[in-house]
Amino acid sequence: MARRHSDGPSKTDIDMTPMIDMTFQLITFFVFTLNFTTAVQDDRVQLPMSQLAKPAEGPSVDPITLQLMSDGRVIYAGEPVSLQEIGGYLENEKRVMIASNKEPNSATVIVRADGRSKTGDVQDLIKACQEKGFEKFVLRAQYDESK
Amino acid sequence: MAAKREALSDKIAIDMTPMIDVVFQLITFFMLTLRTVITEGDFDIRMPLGASAGAAAEDQLPPVRVKMTAGPEGERTSLTMNGQPVGDFEELRRRIIDLVGAGPGSAADKAEVELDCDPNLSYDNVIRAVTAVSGQVQPDGTVVELIKKIKFAPPKKK
Repeated sequence: MARRHSDGPSKTDIDMTPMIDMTFQLITFFVFTLNFTTAVQDDRVQLPMSQLAKPAEGPSVDPITLQLMSDGRVIYAGEPVSLQEIGGYLENEKRVMIASNKEPNSATVIVRADGRSKTGDVQDLIKACQEKGFEKFVLRAQYDESK
Repeated sequence: MAAKREALSDKIAIDMTPMIDVVFQLITFFMLTLRTVITEGDFDIRMPLGASAGAAAEDQLPPVRVKMTAGPEGERTSLTMNGQPVGDFEELRRRIIDLVGAGPGSAADKAEVELDCDPNLSYDNVIRAVTAVSGQVQPDGTVVELIKKIKFAPPKKK
C-alpha cells in the first residue's frame, strides 16, 4: 500500500495487446491479398458478362491488349486513340515483333471491348489487326458468377 | 530516491510507439495497394487471313450461321440459326446441342459457328451468343464444352 501511495496520480496504462493483435491480423490479410499481376484492366471499359469466362491456365503468347470503349475509341497503351489511327500503332507492334524475330501471326490480340460498344467497331478493330498480319484473337469477358 | 527504487522493482516498460507507427504505416501501404482483381476469361475466335480460311478439315461440318440483327439503339431485334428464328440464347444453346450433341462423342469439335451481326448491334449480344454456342454450365458447376470454333462473318458495308 505504501508503494501505491507513493505513485500518486500515475499515468493509466492502456493494454496495447488486443490492438497490436488486430493490427497484425490486418497486415497479414493485406499481405496475402497483395498481388503483383500486371493484368491490364481499365475502368473505362465495362466488359460484358459471361458464365463461361473462366481465366486461362497460362498467360497468352505475346499478348497485345486492345481495349474498345463504348464510344468507339480504342485504349492503346493507356491512351484513347480513334479506330482510324490504331493502324499506325499496330504497325509499330508488328515492327517490334519482326525485330525480335517473331511473326505477327504468333501474337495474341486480346480484345477487351465494352459491352455497350458496337459490334461493327469490334469487327473494324479486328480487321485493322488482320491488315497488319495479326491472326490470333481472343474476346475477353468478365466472369459472371450468378447463375 | 523513491522513484529509482520504484523503477527497479517494476517491470521494464517497452516503448510501443515506434512499433505501432511502423505497423500503421504498413497497414496504410497495403490498404492503398489493394486491388480487387475481377475474374476475366477469354473466348478464342478464329479469324484467319484470306487464303487459309478455305482450308477446312475434311470432316468439317458446314458452319452454323448465327445471325443477329439490330435496331437503331443497338438492341437485338432478331436471332436466327441457319435461317430459322430462335427466341433467346438459351434456345440457341438447346438447338446447338440438338445439332452436334453434348459430351463425349459429340460432333462439337468438327462444327464451326459463323456470327453474322449488324454493325450497330450492341457487343454484349455477341458475347452472349458466343457463350451460348461454346458451352453449357451444368447445375454442379462443370462446363460441357460445345462448339469452340467461332468466327465472324465478313463485315457488311455500312
